[in-house]
Amino acid sequence: MKRHLLSTADLSRDDAVLILDTAEEIARLAARPIKKLPTLRGRTVVNLFFEDSTRTRTSFEVAAKRLSADVINFSAKGSSVSKGESLKDTALTLEAMGADAVVVRHSASGAAYRLATAGWSSSHVVNAGDGTHEHPTQALLDAFTMRRHLGGFEERRVTVVGDVLHSRVARSNVHLLATLGARVTLAAPPTLLPVGVESWPCDVSYDLDAAIPGSDAIMMLRVQRERMNGGFFPTQREYSRRYGLDAQRMAKLPDKAIVMHPGPMVRGMEISAAVADSDRSVIVEQVANGVSVRMAVLYLLLSGSESAIGSDEGQAQNQHQNTEPKGAAA
Amino acid sequence: MPAIPQGARPVLDEADISRALTRIAHEILERAKGAEDVMLLGIPTRGTFLADRLAARIADVEGTTVPVGSLDVTMYRDDLRLKPARALERTEIPDEGVDGRLIVLVDDVLYSGRTIRAALDALNDLGRPRAVQLAVLVDRGHRELPIRADYVGKNLPTSQRETVLVRLREHDGVQHDAVYLGIESETAI
Repeated sequence: MKRHLLSTADLSRDDAVLILDTAEEIARLAARPIKKLPTLRGRTVVNLFFEDSTRTRTSFEVAAKRLSADVINFSAKGSSVSKGESLKDTALTLEAMGADAVVVRHSASGAAYRLATAGWSSSHVVNAGDGTHEHPTQALLDAFTMRRHLGGFEERRVTVVGDVLHSRVARSNVHLLATLGARVTLAAPPTLLPVGVESWPCDVSYDLDAAIPGSDAIMMLRVQRERMNGGFFPTQREYSRRYGLDAQRMAKLPDKAIVMHPGPMVRGMEISAAVADSDRSVIVEQVANGVSVRMAVLYLLLSGSESAIGSDEGQAQNQHQNTEPKGAAA
Repeated sequence: MPAIPQGARPVLDEADISRALTRIAHEILERAKGAEDVMLLGIPTRGTFLADRLAARIADVEGTTVPVGSLDVTMYRDDLRLKPARALERTEIPDEGVDGRLIVLVDDVLYSGRTIRAALDALNDLGRPRAVQLAVLVDRGHRELPIRADYVGKNLPTSQRETVLVRLREHDGVQHDAVYLGIESETAI
C-alpha cells in the first residue's frame, strides 16, 4: 500500500500527472471567497522541521489548513531536540499524540526514509527536504509551474544550473522531469556535481552558455555556502561570471523560456536582481503554486483508505516492515 | 469498462432520454416562471453533459441562454475514507456567481442522496443561492438522507443489488444514449 512521498524517483508517470492535475483543480479554488475545504477535517498534520525553512513550512501549513487539517508546527529550535532528543524519540512522541501525517525536513539525507520505514510510527511521511538528497514537493511545484507555462514536457528542455552537489531540489527535479518526459541538462562546475551524476537521467555540461539557447526553462540553484567547507570555486565573482544568470545571458534564452529559482535567492550570486525581477521570472508564481501542489499531495496521501500516490515501505529496498496499515478509524 | 455490460437490460433509449430532458427543461421554466435567474450546475461527470443538454433545450424554448457550470463534490464526500483516494473533477462556476440565483443541480442517477448532500455543502462554500433545486435523469430510490429531486426523468424501482448504468454519447463513446439496469454491482457508477 502506498503511504509516503519520500522521493520523486518513486513516482510513476501516472502518479506525477495525477498530482499535477489535482493541483490544477485545487488552484482554481484559490480564487473563491471561502478557500477552505472540509476534506481532512479531524486529521492532524505535523510539520517536523529540524532545519530552518520559511517557504516550505509555511506552504505546508497553509496547504494543510486549507484542507481543514489540524497543524502542529514542531521545529528543532525550542523543542527537546535542542536538548539532545533523537529523531526516533521525537517520532515516537508524535505517534503517541496521534499524528496522521508527518512533514519532515532534516539535515541528514535519508531521514524521511528512516522515519517512514523504521516502524516508529504509522503516520504518512512527506519528505520536505532531507540533507542533499530529495525535496519532492519542490520538484512537483516546479513541474506544475513549467507545465502551466510550457504546456507540457515532451521535447521540452530544462537546464538546471549551479550547486547541484548540495541541491536536493536538483535531484528531485531531474528524476521527476525525466519521468514526465522532459530533457534535463545540468550545467555546473565539475566541483559542484555529485559523484555518480553520470547515472542520472540527464545530460551534464560544464558550459552554461552552450546550454542557454536551447532551454525552455532555466532553473538557477542557490550556492549553499552553509554546506560548503572546502574550496569549490576560486571566487564568488568568478562563479557568478561563469554560472550566474544576468541580463546578458537571459537575452540569449529562447523567446518564451522561463526563469525559475527554488529560493531563497542570493541576488548578485547565481542570479542578478534584474533577472529575478524580470517578466521572464516565475519565481513568485512558484511559491504560490507550492500551496496548490502540497494540498494535492496531502489530499492524495491522506483522504482515502489508501494513498493514490507515493511509495510503500515494503517496496523500498531490503527494508521489510509490518506496520499496521491505517484503516478508516479516526 | 465495457460500454454495455453483459446481462444489462436497457430501460431508457435515446428517444426516451431526449423526451425526458425536454420535459425537465419545460418544467424548470414553468416552475421558475422563465429563465431569468436560473443557473444549471452539473455534477461530474455525466451530470455536466446533462446540464449542457438541458441548457440547450431551455435556449430553444425560451430564446435565452442560461449559465451552465459544473460542481465537483469529491472533496465534500462523506465516504472519502472508505475508498482509495480519487482524482478530482472540474469545478466551473460561471462568472455570474451563485449568489441570489436559482441553482438547478443536475445529476444522472439519484440513489442514496449522499452526492447531493455533498453538493449542497460545496455550494454553501461558493455563495448563497436564492434557492437550490435538483434535476436527475433517473431516480432509483433507496435514499439514505432526506433528499428528493424536483425534476425526475424516470422513476426506476430497483433492488440494491442492481446497478443503473447511464451511457451518454459525449462521455462513454457510444453510438446512442441509453440507461441500462444491470445485476450485481460489479460496475460502480
